[in-house]
Amino acid sequence: MSGHDSKYFSTTKKGEIPELKEELNSQYKDKRKDAVKKVIAAMTVGKDVSSLFTDVVNCMQTENLELKKLVYLYLINYAKSQPDLAILAVNTFVKDSQDPNPLIRALAVRTMGCIRVDKITEYLCDPLQRCLKDDDPYVRKTAAICVAKLYDINAELVEDRGFLEALKDLISDNNPMVVANAVAALAEIQENSTRPIFEITSHTLSKLLTALNECTEWGQVFILDALSKYKAADAREAENIVERVTPRLQHANCAVVLSAVKMILLQMELITSTDVVRNLCKKMAPPLVTLLSAEPEIQYVALRNINLIVQKRPTILAHEIKVFFCKYNDPIYVKMEKLEIMIKLASDRNIDQVLLEFKEYATEVDVDFVRKAVRAIGRCAIKLERAAERCISVLLELIKIKVNYVVQEAIIVIKDIFRRYPNTYESIIATLCESLDTLDEPEAKASMIWIIGEYAERIDNADELLESFLETFPEEPPLVQLQLLTATVKLFLKKPTEGPQQMIQVVLNNATVETDNPDLRDRAYIYWRLLSTDPESAKDVVLAEKPVISDDSNQLDSSLLDELLANIATLSSVYHKPPDAFVTRVKTIQRTEEEDFPDGSEGGYSESPSHAAGASPPPTASSAPYASARQPPAAPAVPAAPAPVPDLLDLGMENNNNAIVPVDQPATPAGPPLPVLLPASTGQGLQICAQLVRRDGQIFYNMLFENNSQIPLDGFMIQFNKNTFGLAAAGPLQVPLLQPRTSASTLLPMVLFQNISPGPPNTLMQVAVKNNQQPVWYFSDNISLLVFFTEEGRMERSAFLETWKSLPDSNEVSIDLPGIVINSVDATLERLAAYNMFFIAKRKHANQEVLYLSAQIPRGIPFLIELTAVIWIPGLKCAIKTPSPEMAPLFFEAIERLLRS
Amino acid sequence: MPVAASAIYFLNLRGDVLINRLYRDDVGGNMVDAFRTHIMQTKELGTCPVRQIGGCSFFYMRISNVYIVIVVSSNANVACAFKFVVEAVSLFKSYFGGTFDEDAIRNNFVLIYELLDEILDFGYPQNLSPEILKLYITQEGVRSPFSSKPVDRPVPNATLQVTGAVGWRREGLVYKKNEVFLDIVESVNLLMSSKGSVLRCDVTGKILMKCFLSGMPDLKLGLNDKIGLEKESQIKSRPTKSGKTIELDDVTFHQCVNLTRFNSEKTVSFVPPDGEFELMKYRITEGVNLPFRVLPTIKELGRTRMEVNVKVKSVFGAKMFALGVVVKIPVPKQTAKVNFQVTSGRAKYNPSIDCLVWKIRKFPGQTEPTLSAEVELISTITEKKSWTRPPIQMEFQVPMFTASGLRVRFLKVWEKSGYNTVEWVRYITKAGSYEVRC
Repeated sequence: MSGHDSKYFSTTKKGEIPELKEELNSQYKDKRKDAVKKVIAAMTVGKDVSSLFTDVVNCMQTENLELKKLVYLYLINYAKSQPDLAILAVNTFVKDSQDPNPLIRALAVRTMGCIRVDKITEYLCDPLQRCLKDDDPYVRKTAAICVAKLYDINAELVEDRGFLEALKDLISDNNPMVVANAVAALAEIQENSTRPIFEITSHTLSKLLTALNECTEWGQVFILDALSKYKAADAREAENIVERVTPRLQHANCAVVLSAVKMILLQMELITSTDVVRNLCKKMAPPLVTLLSAEPEIQYVALRNINLIVQKRPTILAHEIKVFFCKYNDPIYVKMEKLEIMIKLASDRNIDQVLLEFKEYATEVDVDFVRKAVRAIGRCAIKLERAAERCISVLLELIKIKVNYVVQEAIIVIKDIFRRYPNTYESIIATLCESLDTLDEPEAKASMIWIIGEYAERIDNADELLESFLETFPEEPPLVQLQLLTATVKLFLKKPTEGPQQMIQVVLNNATVETDNPDLRDRAYIYWRLLSTDPESAKDVVLAEKPVISDDSNQLDSSLLDELLANIATLSSVYHKPPDAFVTRVKTIQRTEEEDFPDGSEGGYSESPSHAAGASPPPTASSAPYASARQPPAAPAVPAAPAPVPDLLDLGMENNNNAIVPVDQPATPAGPPLPVLLPASTGQGLQICAQLVRRDGQIFYNMLFENNSQIPLDGFMIQFNKNTFGLAAAGPLQVPLLQPRTSASTLLPMVLFQNISPGPPNTLMQVAVKNNQQPVWYFSDNISLLVFFTEEGRMERSAFLETWKSLPDSNEVSIDLPGIVINSVDATLERLAAYNMFFIAKRKHANQEVLYLSAQIPRGIPFLIELTAVIWIPGLKCAIKTPSPEMAPLFFEAIERLLRS
Repeated sequence: MPVAASAIYFLNLRGDVLINRLYRDDVGGNMVDAFRTHIMQTKELGTCPVRQIGGCSFFYMRISNVYIVIVVSSNANVACAFKFVVEAVSLFKSYFGGTFDEDAIRNNFVLIYELLDEILDFGYPQNLSPEILKLYITQEGVRSPFSSKPVDRPVPNATLQVTGAVGWRREGLVYKKNEVFLDIVESVNLLMSSKGSVLRCDVTGKILMKCFLSGMPDLKLGLNDKIGLEKESQIKSRPTKSGKTIELDDVTFHQCVNLTRFNSEKTVSFVPPDGEFELMKYRITEGVNLPFRVLPTIKELGRTRMEVNVKVKSVFGAKMFALGVVVKIPVPKQTAKVNFQVTSGRAKYNPSIDCLVWKIRKFPGQTEPTLSAEVELISTITEKKSWTRPPIQMEFQVPMFTASGLRVRFLKVWEKSGYNTVEWVRYITKAGSYEVRC
């Protein structure tokens, strides 16, 4: 062991901070250095040592590089909390940036860039300008990154001072590391800017490709990632690029390899020669396989990427399926990913081997893995027609082991196999029925019941089997109940004998009278009516031929796949989501952290999501057969559109503001459109417009959700952060399942005084909205004081005068609103009255109109308002007197907005 | 974006912060709490190394008793991030003399902060070569085991070397005796079915190099791989000497190797770093010489007895021998008693891993010792779940044997001073994951 720093973590008996202070001011160098180390140690374990700021900064002027670095580290951590004191350090920084030692020059620039204090930033510009042109490449490469740091703090400053041009010059630097860092910085700046800043021309392209050979491994990653944005002009150029990138596939660094693969795959799109493409595929396979001998975490990243690559170009790894066989000691996350890729690579040629593997996995210990292995066998059966029989015999062997969860999983997949190959494998039903008693999972039970119902005519004792389930009908989960209902109807239609007839009566009774599940009830009523009116057409509907299914689960849409492939090696390729699906705006995140807001995202929601979308989940591929009864035969599963049933919710709205408005009706025809709070670009296609409104003495949050994404969204929930008025949702958010390109609006009732934020009043209201498909979205809204003015705010003239007199003059606040013109007193009064500001009196003073009004906010706080203006002349003086003068700024803000619009 | 990290945390197993460094302020300081509550304290730990919580993503790796956690909020390059962690750990190890654990971190926290400042700038990895960093980040107590003279002062042109084209070797090295040690280390991975057919088999090999060479030498390595030899005979337009050639599935090289040249001429040429490093890795799946065959027969005799017979055959040359051979034969959890008979080595039952462990210290080639054991099981009433029969695993080392058949044909060293070098080559084959299902 080389160091002995752990001693700095030990605490002393005396008060720690005063002692440190003393040591920091010691006359001995060593003691000071030790003290700074102790401070850093304390900082690391989370103690607040910001009070030592001045003392630590005093140690900054030192020749000792180690001590200097420690002080800088301290500065980076605490400058933000002590911006005024941080200025003390500026001189040293500026001086250091001119030090003869390049290490110190670079250190100064690097550290200054990390201190995000405006005043410091101003002083950073001159040193940065010098360092970008420094003789020493080490300083230049540090300065290049510093430009990106500065752009993050103050983009304008970077552009004004011409740093972008300086950075572009560095691309032609003779030092490869400077080039690499400049490329990284420019690529990042470009990503955060809408203007074209860093456009790769064919000239820069060839320069950068040359630099690749001399860069560090990381530099190669920066350059390859930046170049992957380049669109080659034609096949020839693409081939050229690829030729220069392929040697990178042999690099020991996995990031270099993946970035090279990304670049090659992108350029391959343009290459027309099949020979070249085949050759490239051949070259890419070995390096991809080699990634699987890296650390398990890297293997995981590689496997997630390979999953994408085999979807796009299955030939690359078609012969390498063996390398994806799971090792006994692989971590579970590696095994799961390997399994997924094995399914994708399974073919008629290798299926026997693959099945042997799956069978082996199905006997392992980890339950999730075993289940996935069993499911994999089923998916292979659906994918490969010629292998289906072999797959089924493996499944039957597994069922014979009689391990409970294996049996259940097998039954679930066999149901899908029956759907895929109707009238082929029904001979095995008898074997399945033997395991009937062991089924205890809803999905497995439902699958088995579906099988019995579907093949009732071939199972001699189908009625007995179903009857055994019926006893527990009321206790079964909805999934099983629905299936039982349909299966019994099928049985009855196929064998209209006495037994089934009795059964159907029991079931229909249970499913209509004794249930409170609307889905079940609706389906039961439909059957009932069908059966009672026309049993023949009931047969046509219920026993109709079903469309054949295919295994497209886990197959990505081609445009999404292309987007993900352009993001190989990044988070996006690991999550299999486009970047804007999980990257939120930097600023949003900052704010939420300070306020400790995201805590609410997990546990803070009290509202139940099931209210929003109803109890019926949209049918998925595997649950599709269950819904057979209510579908026209050939139609794919379409979830029921949100029914226009506003009256059920009975919110007492007279003006067409139903809580749930169907998509095709315009929401709230009166009034201007709602302000956009979450633009679709931020919300991955989800746009939220909202505004607080007051209706009939109650505050509502009038919200409009627009789904511009590709996927249906459901399970919306909302949460409000603490705010001045303690505004919070009075009930759950009622938003139905939102299909792509549809919208829904809702009025969310609000309550006051729930979570009141301390501090002076402000209008900020932060809102978090989440749904089942996307991350939590945060946005903020401005509360207009107007919505709080109650209907009780009307005052008698005498009461008004009395209140006015009773309040001290210090409670009177006034403001001049120069931009506002009053054109008509009556119109203005009408407008104010609409927001519960009630007219008391008016008088004329010279050519001025003086209006007196009253209003009241909850808890009975009155506002006495005096408005003074000259008709047609811009300028309004507004004075108010209230027991809560701290609310005055909010009032002025609101009234200005009201009268201006 | 090739950003690797917005923040990096080193945590101990309890979740205490040992080191934290924020590089960007798009993630907050309290993010580590989210990691603790949502990952460390839940079953999620170990289910996936990349997780999203709130607006941030977490990548983590466990190294001995430390978690290294990287936090980002952008679409960061995950491959880059994990590789960075791996490289950083090996850098730290080289600084602290080989160990990386909680104690080592606490004892070197100042040094780690200094290194973290240097190797990652605004989340972008910079030069991580230990050899170069040691030129100017020199904390007390750092021993430089490779260089011939102690480094006490920062070298004046350090900055040029960090950023130079040969960013992994410093100038002006002098050795009295110029020596190169090559170690060819191969791991054989095998998965064999109970019936003896090979399900998967490959060799991952690496060539480790220890260089004690003066100046700036240029090295060229020749192997008996097919493509390299063919290319060579093309260039020299005469056939090379016959002999066994092998086909490498894939090779990856240390950053010192000129990849463009390898691509065009198939020669491995490089300026090596000083001291020890991994020159290349390779993988072979065809024509692997398996050093051992395992032939198990396991019979369950009713509910309380099992009969285990395992024969291990060594199939390498009779003059060679394997060292440290361990055969682990899994038995059910409810094993009560085991009676052994072995023709070589020692066997015992290890209840903590539910295995019969059979050790043979020195295992000559062309022999086939056997183990036969009678296993008595406790009969349990609740016993319903069948035993999952994990595979038999093997560990071994066979010196002077390569499962791939790879041989070093030559290693040429050029340096402008024209000194003579001595080259040493060793071969060893180890067991990777050597599994036989039973």
